[in-house]
Amino acid sequence: MRWLHQLRMRILMMLGRAGAGTHLDDELSFHLERQIAENIAAGMTAEEARYSALRTFGNPALLRDQARSTWSWSSLESIARDVRIGARTLYRAPSFTLIAIFVMALGLGANVALFTIVRGVLLKPLPYVDPDRLIMLYESEHAASAGPQYAPVDPRSFFDWQKASTGIEQMAMVSPFQSYNVSAEGGKLPERIDAGWCSWNFFSLLGVHPAIGRSFVAGDDQSGASATVLITDTFWKRRYAGDPSIVGKTVWLDAHPYTVIGVLPSWFVYSGSFGGKNIQAWTPFNHEAPPSLLNTYEDHEAIIAARLKPGATLQGVVSQITSIQQQIKKDHPGPAVHPFASGRLMLDDTVQDYRTPLYVLLAATVCVLFIACMNVAGLLVARTAARGKEMAIRTALGGGRLRLMREQLTESVLICLTAGVIGIGLAWTALQFLGHFEPDMNRIESVRIDWVVLLFTFIAIAVCALFSGALSAFSFHGRHLLSTLQESSRSTQGSQRRATLRRSLLVIEVSLTVVLLAGAGLLLKSYQRMRGTDLGIPIENTLTMHISLPDERYKPAIQATFFEQLITQVRALPGVASAGLVSTAPGQGWGGDSLADVVERPMRPQDFLDMHMRAAEPGYFAAAQIPLLRGRIFTSDERFERGKVAVISREAALKLFPKDDPIGKHVRFNFTHTDFEIVGVVADTRWDIHEPTKPTIYEPLYGNDFNGATIFVRSTHNVESLAMPIENVIGRLDRDLPASNVKTLRETIDKSTIDSQFDSLLVLGFAMIALLLAAAGLYGVLTYLVTQRTSELGIRMALGAKRAQLLRTVLFDGLRPALLGLVLGLGASIFAVRLIKSMLYQTEALDPTVFGAVAMLLLAVAFLACMLPAWRASRLDPMQALRTE
Amino acid sequence: MNIVDNLGMGKPSDLVQGTLDLLILKTLLPESMHGWAIAKRIQQISGEVLQVQQGSLYPALHRLEQQGWIKAKWSESETGRQAKFYSLTAAGRAQLEKETANWNRLSAAINLVVSEI
Repeated sequence: MRWLHQLRMRILMMLGRAGAGTHLDDELSFHLERQIAENIAAGMTAEEARYSALRTFGNPALLRDQARSTWSWSSLESIARDVRIGARTLYRAPSFTLIAIFVMALGLGANVALFTIVRGVLLKPLPYVDPDRLIMLYESEHAASAGPQYAPVDPRSFFDWQKASTGIEQMAMVSPFQSYNVSAEGGKLPERIDAGWCSWNFFSLLGVHPAIGRSFVAGDDQSGASATVLITDTFWKRRYAGDPSIVGKTVWLDAHPYTVIGVLPSWFVYSGSFGGKNIQAWTPFNHEAPPSLLNTYEDHEAIIAARLKPGATLQGVVSQITSIQQQIKKDHPGPAVHPFASGRLMLDDTVQDYRTPLYVLLAATVCVLFIACMNVAGLLVARTAARGKEMAIRTALGGGRLRLMREQLTESVLICLTAGVIGIGLAWTALQFLGHFEPDMNRIESVRIDWVVLLFTFIAIAVCALFSGALSAFSFHGRHLLSTLQESSRSTQGSQRRATLRRSLLVIEVSLTVVLLAGAGLLLKSYQRMRGTDLGIPIENTLTMHISLPDERYKPAIQATFFEQLITQVRALPGVASAGLVSTAPGQGWGGDSLADVVERPMRPQDFLDMHMRAAEPGYFAAAQIPLLRGRIFTSDERFERGKVAVISREAALKLFPKDDPIGKHVRFNFTHTDFEIVGVVADTRWDIHEPTKPTIYEPLYGNDFNGATIFVRSTHNVESLAMPIENVIGRLDRDLPASNVKTLRETIDKSTIDSQFDSLLVLGFAMIALLLAAAGLYGVLTYLVTQRTSELGIRMALGAKRAQLLRTVLFDGLRPALLGLVLGLGASIFAVRLIKSMLYQTEALDPTVFGAVAMLLLAVAFLACMLPAWRASRLDPMQALRTE
Repeated sequence: MNIVDNLGMGKPSDLVQGTLDLLILKTLLPESMHGWAIAKRIQQISGEVLQVQQGSLYPALHRLEQQGWIKAKWSESETGRQAKFYSLTAAGRAQLEKETANWNRLSAAINLVVSEI
């Protein structure tokens, strides 16, 4: 029954609190009245009776409070009161509050967003069965001790590894670089899709089961088997409108019929370090790969996925496979056979490229948050200082120290909570933005705000609130109560003390800002270097698109006719200034390579030159504006049996023929047993904007086993508008042929520099916020000091100090924390920039111009921030200043 | 014996608080009464030895009410004014017995120690 009473009281106290308050007052006053009446009856005067009653009763206000504090919810009530007081105090200083909340919200929002990304991309385990045991294996040119290389693997080595390794449950080949032409069927347009080849057990190795249909079985993965394909959920929904009876149907890939055996689950996205996010269809490796590929140690087309046996370690397996690979190298000493093996966890393999940038960004956001906290702390300290006397009086009257601290903490908690809520909104927006900005980032699909992120936000809010609140709460020294009370408004000692605290905060703020600025400067410089990189040809107003002719329908002679018709018609289009065909355009990727020897001066196999192979139609060089340096370009009738002539790049000429004239010499490719006579030398072009140029050989397009080509079009203006007419030309020639990768070279470069742009602009943004906050801090502290010193300055002026001298004194006073912070910050930067070394392109980590610029910028901003208060101080009217209280 | 220190600023110790609770419960056993009457009764019965600082009754009364040992009702007092009358609940009666027993044990023990010396 007692709990019923208690419950009743609880409800009563919650709902009828105001009424209970009046009742309590009534109750107490009834008591006093009775006592007074009794005293009067005992013969006292009215006044005496009242005093005596109060004496025996005690302090009614205090007792009232004590009685109230026994009620249920009283702790909640006092928190509510603190919140009310805090909110009112904040409301009374709206500019302070808004600035503090804005600053905090930025800091918290950036941190929540970055934490969400880091968690989603780097920390969450891969969505497979027992992901800790999944590894990726590669080959390497050098031993692990010299820094492992992660190069693709040849199928023969894979088969040897599969036979001889012991620590692995199962392993599978994956080749995510493939693609197919999907034929037009049922009124759909033809299209070119990215595809992957894999061993039949790849999906069972991961533990992924198709959403509908079945996975591959060993029988599918043989050269004689009937053709099968697994399609992804996006492809199924996009092209087949989620047709539930897709399994068993036939699709035409490169003009061959394939049976769809299943659809992969919607959450499955393949993302490895060699890309593959856009793969739409998977086919069995051994069925697809030509026999020549399956029987070589020298063609590296696969990545190996493996599942460790329970208890086996990555290191153990890699060292075992390395010794297998070394034996292979001994037995087959071909120049393209790799002597070592390497490996890493599948998660590392997926996110390796993102780790450093993401952690750097996270570090930058933590710096910003820290600066934001210090700014808010600085503002609160200033307010505490202004309220010093009030606090001292309250302490003297018996206000508990904890109670006063709680009030201050409540203010910072209110600021941080509001900022946190806004911050989550900001983070959410930022993440949406990221999804659009970087759709190709691996694992971006697993970036989500979930309860762990919310918990993180909550902890961040609590830490920030405690940090900034506690600093200001401790800045009030209860021990110096008397001196605070005695402190006249003219003495400056106490305020100096608190200004010291704010100054130390400023020094840290400025040094963090310097570190951020240095990082941003380096990244920005690196980004500009990257943007400014010359592909080797003018890139404005150029358009490229790729077509691939299925072997089934296009025999070599038909191919040549088709390409000639195509390029003639494209050149005839209005707006096309020049056009040509090439297998892979500059800046658009690796495009195939092979080891080359010189017929006239044979080399040792290990000295063979690895050259990029390009096929071109003679008009390409003029269209791309690649200058001819020596000799001539091959002509259009040099094709098929007469087509064994080639043009090499300047770098290839230097490396193959350091002393003699290359014209008339022959390059030999041992892998295909073909010789090419060199007829000309052209300038170098880059295959990837991030990478150095590579020796390149251009062969005639017709009759050299190339079945695809990139149409390269140059125009005088508005080249994008030519895409449609060119696609129409292709469609008229073959309605079953898709054009893919339709983009300008400008877009190609934008795309490959987007990461660098993203990182550098983000860090720059953070650095600017930090700079602004530091400037605001400098300004605030100096203004405060000048106000405190008004009378002192007045006296100095009255005694004859020159205005310029005062200006200098005050200015230097304000600049001191900035200078100290700058020195500390530059020192810290020297260590911090090591973190971003791997992100820099053609930029030294200790670039003196960047560091110099950072120092200048910071000094200029600090100077501006201090100039205004200093100038105001020097303009003081001495009479006015002396009268100021 | 002072049950509460004179200023009434500090919080009463556990022992003192427990004693005050016991006194209130015991006082309320025969009939319901308001705060002033409780104070008077304690003073009167103890032969003016226990100088209860009258006001400090109220925090104790409110606490006991919150805990469900006593309940309160507003009704007309002997002067005709509305007053808050407290009375024991069933749980309060049980609590009184427990606390009385406790008190007896404690005071007996203290007596033993004191008479020993």
